[in-house]
Amino acid sequence: MTVTTAERPTIAVRHLLARIGRYTFLCLVLAFFALPLLWLATAPFDDTPTVTASLPRFTLDNFRALLDNPYALRSLLNSVYLAAGTAALVVTFAALAAYALSRVRVPGRDALLYGLLLLSSIVTGTATMVPLFELAFRLNLIDSRLGVILILSGGLLPAAIFILKDFMDSTPASYEESARVFGASPLQIMRHIVVPLVRPGLATVGVWAVANVWGNFLVPFLLLRGPDKAPAAVIMYTLYTEGGQADLRLLSTFSLLYSLPVALMFVFVSSRYGFRFHGGIKR
Amino acid sequence: MAQATSPPDELVEGARPVTGASPAPDAAGLGRARATGFLVPAMVLILVFLVVPAVWTIWLGLTNYRLTGLAAASPEIVGLDNFTDALGDERFRTSLLLTLEFVLGSAVIGQAGLGFAIAFALRDRRGPLRRVVEGLVLLSWILPSSVVAFLWIALLDRDAGTLNALLGIPGMAWLLDYPMLSIIIFNTWRGTAFSMMLYAAALENVPRSHLETARLAGASTWQQLRDVVFPRIRGHVLTNLLLISLWTFNDFAPFLITAGGPEQRSEILPVYVYKVALSGGELGFGAAISFVMLLINLVIALVYLRLLGRRKESA
Repeated sequence: MTVTTAERPTIAVRHLLARIGRYTFLCLVLAFFALPLLWLATAPFDDTPTVTASLPRFTLDNFRALLDNPYALRSLLNSVYLAAGTAALVVTFAALAAYALSRVRVPGRDALLYGLLLLSSIVTGTATMVPLFELAFRLNLIDSRLGVILILSGGLLPAAIFILKDFMDSTPASYEESARVFGASPLQIMRHIVVPLVRPGLATVGVWAVANVWGNFLVPFLLLRGPDKAPAAVIMYTLYTEGGQADLRLLSTFSLLYSLPVALMFVFVSSRYGFRFHGGIKR
Repeated sequence: MAQATSPPDELVEGARPVTGASPAPDAAGLGRARATGFLVPAMVLILVFLVVPAVWTIWLGLTNYRLTGLAAASPEIVGLDNFTDALGDERFRTSLLLTLEFVLGSAVIGQAGLGFAIAFALRDRRGPLRRVVEGLVLLSWILPSSVVAFLWIALLDRDAGTLNALLGIPGMAWLLDYPMLSIIIFNTWRGTAFSMMLYAAALENVPRSHLETARLAGASTWQQLRDVVFPRIRGHVLTNLLLISLWTFNDFAPFLITAGGPEQRSEILPVYVYKVALSGGELGFGAAISFVMLLINLVIALVYLRLLGRRKESA
């Protein structure tokens, strides 16, 4: 190496400083990301919750506030309904479309896929809230949960088709060929051979769709009137913006309960598959 | 049904006539008609809820359409009036500038910068520290936006907020005095995870021996970044910047914290459109702004796809 003995100590010092700098930085990062989350961890269990995060005097009584509020638990059910409906629609329609695109040569297929992907990334709910509202109004889908499901599905489908087509392309066609030799119909082949083969892909798309819908605020906020049908995202917002002093018992426990499913899903996905980007995104 | 796409050697079932050879491996014997049937449900949804709104945005933007009143009954085509009105509107221009500030501050500098710094600091670490840091960063990314919005309202609360309690400055009204700074820092916190993960994957492409050599030759961290790391991850940086710019530009979450206020000082375009078109009822004018937003989205997305295509060719 080119390092002389006289230079070595300064380099050692520099490395030590770099090390200290790195740990200081990581501690600051930890503090920055943990600080807002502290309240979510402490307030639900504090017998007198305030907006300050502090060590709680432990109690579970706050969760009773959830039962007292007429909309809290119902809104979570509404969220489940919207998420399940959208995920079912997206997985089914995307799987059918992706299979057709993967196995049958459609003219201009790649252009179509890229076009759809481009469309779904530029036509966002925020940029098209005006026509979406209009459209829902004309189609009689205002204050309809089906309307929310359809609009969300339309937005998620292109990317879902794209992901699933990749999965379908990488499964060998030989199973389908032999099933066909034994006289299975295309739908039977789809159900008994293709679906089991691409199940990880279907699960990925399903989880991704649920996570998207679970947190979506804008579309149900625009389309659903009144708190009966509103999902947790909207009820959460009304809990701290409407009606004077916010009930922090209700707010904190509701936040926790509403966040729990996505947090659990994340833990499950990351422990099972590892939550990071692999080769796919690199090229 | 017509079996247009089966290769001739698959005439096992015999009954189905093969009318043309195609190189596509239609292994399940789907056929073009059934394949079309498989495509239709998805395409109908996409057509109705993505294509129609996009086209409609243009149409609405050209009319004086309103939610109520005379113009609601028979909207007239006003041509480019809405667009010239928008561009001449002080509030719109301010909003556009605020949006630019928001994207530059929270996406380009905040998320990409912090995300890269975290990924770089963690690059050769395994074990609990890395898992805890990544876990927290990811958690702030996946929690529902209306929950994190309230977490930040509580954190920045003037009288009892945790931040003021920690800093010992009670009475500091962050959301009223520094609304833009607040939502920029909020969005940095919210979205850094994507950049962090992308750069973590990118840094695995940088051979460790190269960094080691540079380090032993006495290169400073900055020199290592400039000469060894950056040339290898340039493509990732571009991908990252374009995607997070697109997402941040369309982010509605600041509405949940400041609702554009106080006095429209944090009114980025998504909030502005909502207020003008859906709270204010001026659908035509709102659609004209939406159209401008769609155009900006289109430009970002096209640049991105171009880059992707170019890299695929060179790969």
